[in-house]
Amino acid sequence: METDWSVVIDYMPALLAGAKTTIYITVLGLVGGLLLGTIAGLMRAYGGSVLNAIAFAYIELIRGTPIVVQVMFLYFALPVLADIRIDPMSAAVLAIVVNAGAYIAEIVRGAFLSIGKGLSEAGLAIGLPHWKVLLYIVGPLAFRRLIPPLGNQFIVSLKDTSLFIVIGVGELTRTGQEIMASNFRAVEIWSAVAVIYLIMTGSLTLVLRTIERRMKIL
Amino acid sequence: MSIIQFRQTSKHFGALKVLDRVDLTIDEGEVVVLIGPSGSGKSTLLRCINGLETITGGDLIVDGLSVKGGARQLREIRQEAGMVFQQFNLFPQLTALENVAFGPRKVRGLSRAEAQETAIDLLDKVGLAEKANHYPAELSGGQQQRVAIARALAVKPKVMLFDEPTSALDPELKQEVLNVMRRLAAEGMTMVVVTHEMAFAKQVGTRLIFMEHGKIAVDGNPREVIDTPPNARLKDFLQHVE
Repeated sequence: METDWSVVIDYMPALLAGAKTTIYITVLGLVGGLLLGTIAGLMRAYGGSVLNAIAFAYIELIRGTPIVVQVMFLYFALPVLADIRIDPMSAAVLAIVVNAGAYIAEIVRGAFLSIGKGLSEAGLAIGLPHWKVLLYIVGPLAFRRLIPPLGNQFIVSLKDTSLFIVIGVGELTRTGQEIMASNFRAVEIWSAVAVIYLIMTGSLTLVLRTIERRMKIL
Repeated sequence: MSIIQFRQTSKHFGALKVLDRVDLTIDEGEVVVLIGPSGSGKSTLLRCINGLETITGGDLIVDGLSVKGGARQLREIRQEAGMVFQQFNLFPQLTALENVAFGPRKVRGLSRAEAQETAIDLLDKVGLAEKANHYPAELSGGQQQRVAIARALAVKPKVMLFDEPTSALDPELKQEVLNVMRRLAAEGMTMVVVTHEMAFAKQVGTRLIFMEHGKIAVDGNPREVIDTPPNARLKDFLQHVE
């Protein structure tokens, strides 16, 4: 078998542009996913029966269906159903927001509920309203416990962006596929794609580990 | 002047009746010691006073306000009724000083500087001024509980509720906490204390209440009641505690 690694160098600008798109979708998606997940998680943990049921339905719906189906639905079914037309990029970001949000919701709920009831009671007993107890006491403690599982989810979401190949978003995997189609250099191109993913997930792991190390996990 | 009034107060957990139509009036300046076997309702009685447990029958008035008056009123009650827990429950991410300053800042709305000043005074009062910048994990159980007392006092309550404050402590650490409580009582603080420390009850208590099956079984002067128990079950209980 002959390999010619110089094609990797030739196509590096294209691959890096794909990686940039991957990062863009991941970052935007996770910012939204964190927001949505935190809200849904708190609704699950502290909401009344109605809020709890809404959040539960959302989480079950998303966790129970594949992300490829979700993004196909957003991109192809939504225009038919509600006449809402979105470009592939927005569909991709939205899919990560909605998908990561559901998993993050459970992470947030777990972290908040893992903080002992005694600390909340101590906060309430000095006359704080419940939301302040969550904001000043439980929240900061829960945040520390959030980081390891959140790191997992970040990496999963980053890799999930590769599935958006199905709606034609020019992210890293799609870019690799296109290059492959023109020169059939499978070994070289897919190795390069895999290494770029590893570099991205590896950097993410490093960042999370640094944050974790700087914070005492209580 | 009465500060706490239980009026036919009941508390049920589902079918379980934990407090059964309790009538009890506590006046300002009293040091009431609550004793009783586990499950007799003494901790629940205490926790109803600041609304950590919701009463299910009758009424309960604290400093002129009913605990049934809604969230805002409950917060007012809680500012007047400080609580000390068996497990201390200090905020682990904050130093001793920050723990004590937390209430004045976030509840009473003092500035950072004012809150710190209050906190330093109170830490000094419980003998821990030099531990101000230590985190709870760096303190002994007795020190943590003294910080917890300072934290409760920082909100300037009119009454202090103690829920088995020395039960989680080694014998040699109990005294440092009891000493702080003695001083507090001597200053005239109204106190309601759930405890098994009979020596403390006799020495500091102005009133002793023995609870059984969610009712007040005995209510009297601590010395008299402990030395000559008016009730066979109390006599039996005291023998087990000593």
